[in-house]
Amino acid sequence: MAETTATPEVTVKEKEPLFGKAEKKLLLDPLGDTNPITIQVLGICSALAVTSLVYPSVVMAIAVVFVCGFSSLFTSLVRNKIPKQVRMIVQLVIIATLVTIVELTLKRFNYPIYKQLSVYIGLIITNCIVMGRLEAYAMANRPWRAFVDGLGNGVGYGVILIIVAVIREIFGKGTLFAGSPIQINIIGASNNEVGYLINTAAESGFGSLFAGYTNNNLMVLPAAAMFIIGVLIWIQRSYRPTLVDVS
Amino acid sequence: MDSTSSVIRFVVIMTAGVAFSLALLSTSWGGQIKANEAIFNKRAILGAVSDYLTQDPKLMADGEIEDLFASKVEQIALDMSGAVLKEEDIKNAGYKGGKPENIDLAKEKKKPEEERIFPLYVFNSEKGKSFILSVRGNGLWDEIWGNVALKDDLTTIAGATFDHKGETPGLGAEIKDNPTFPSRFKGKKIFNDAGVYTSVEVRKIGGTAGNPYAVDGISGATVTADGVTEMLERGIKYYLPYLNKQAAAKKTKG
Repeated sequence: MAETTATPEVTVKEKEPLFGKAEKKLLLDPLGDTNPITIQVLGICSALAVTSLVYPSVVMAIAVVFVCGFSSLFTSLVRNKIPKQVRMIVQLVIIATLVTIVELTLKRFNYPIYKQLSVYIGLIITNCIVMGRLEAYAMANRPWRAFVDGLGNGVGYGVILIIVAVIREIFGKGTLFAGSPIQINIIGASNNEVGYLINTAAESGFGSLFAGYTNNNLMVLPAAAMFIIGVLIWIQRSYRPTLVDVS
Repeated sequence: MDSTSSVIRFVVIMTAGVAFSLALLSTSWGGQIKANEAIFNKRAILGAVSDYLTQDPKLMADGEIEDLFASKVEQIALDMSGAVLKEEDIKNAGYKGGKPENIDLAKEKKKPEEERIFPLYVFNSEKGKSFILSVRGNGLWDEIWGNVALKDDLTTIAGATFDHKGETPGLGAEIKDNPTFPSRFKGKKIFNDAGVYTSVEVRKIGGTAGNPYAVDGISGATVTADGVTEMLERGIKYYLPYLNKQAAAKKTKG
């Protein structure tokens, strides 16, 4: 008897592998067709603010992936226990706790980058993407899938953040990864004072083509991120006309 | 709908759990975080005398910063009259550590002017002595602060570093992020030839190449630049009684 009852359970498990089609879709869709920034237009505030340099953007992206993934996981774990009246407050507490952990971790292991990002790390709490995923997905789905969905959306946000930051840093400052141990000078006059690890600019070969380039101050301003995100949205929608909102 | 008592039970358990785990994390890492903060500040102080060093403090390991600070830097605390304070005086002013490096200028800024105390760092190296002054003022959005190193003639600036709490990245934040801004202060003078205090002005219009009392500003960051001008003018003035005493002592010796 026991054996016969056990068999259907096994088949159910076989139907739903740990990382199947559904999980793959949850993880990859936010990179393209449901991207939190370019399609849902969420989390714009921090995308405009932190993307003037690549290094802080990468740290910010990692922080959001962590917070988004684990807040979805924890919310999903307790979703049936959460009283309906205080649903959003509970979600906020979970997010705020994780953000505090991120903040403490940065302070403990990389104080300079914490100093650079401090305000924006705190603002992950109000990042619409995180709360949006908790409300839209984690509250109604099982933990593993909620976790994958959270990670996917965090990565979708992070990818756009890094693309925008690369464009802004190269044209605004002529560098890449400035402030990190591997900073590189790409275009513009070489700056020996800063002591970049790789300095391709203005000396010889490829770099000399851009020797006369003056850094574009507009790129450093948050407004530049607005234009770049706008162009990204435009490009993505012209490739996939189905994404265009007809209304 | 859940009953009120179950809601309260859930919230209390959740908050207690979260509070306990965060408090645990915060206390277990607290010491290291404080140490990181101290090293960050020491790195900024040593950044002002980077010309005297063989390596840029930004590239030094934490341990090297600590060693250098312990072996080469002498700390003094001063009051508004230029008198050197004792350990008890610093403790009485509200700093438990009792060391000049414990003095927090953000707290001092809130006290009435005559009660303020300041740290002075004397850096000794083969290339000479340098006096590092700490200053603090207001930028556009929030506080800005910095360290200014004077050569042992007590007049020429050997270097400076600046930092800020919330200036706009790419504009006001350039006082910290753009290494060329603090380097513009090198070689500038805070006294004119007649010995009158002039401080150093950050000028919007530029044209400061031959002027020893002004540096070029940052385009788009006029308010922050004016903040730096004001901070230096007022901040260095606090140290004048001490600097004048030192200069007088030097003259009698010479």
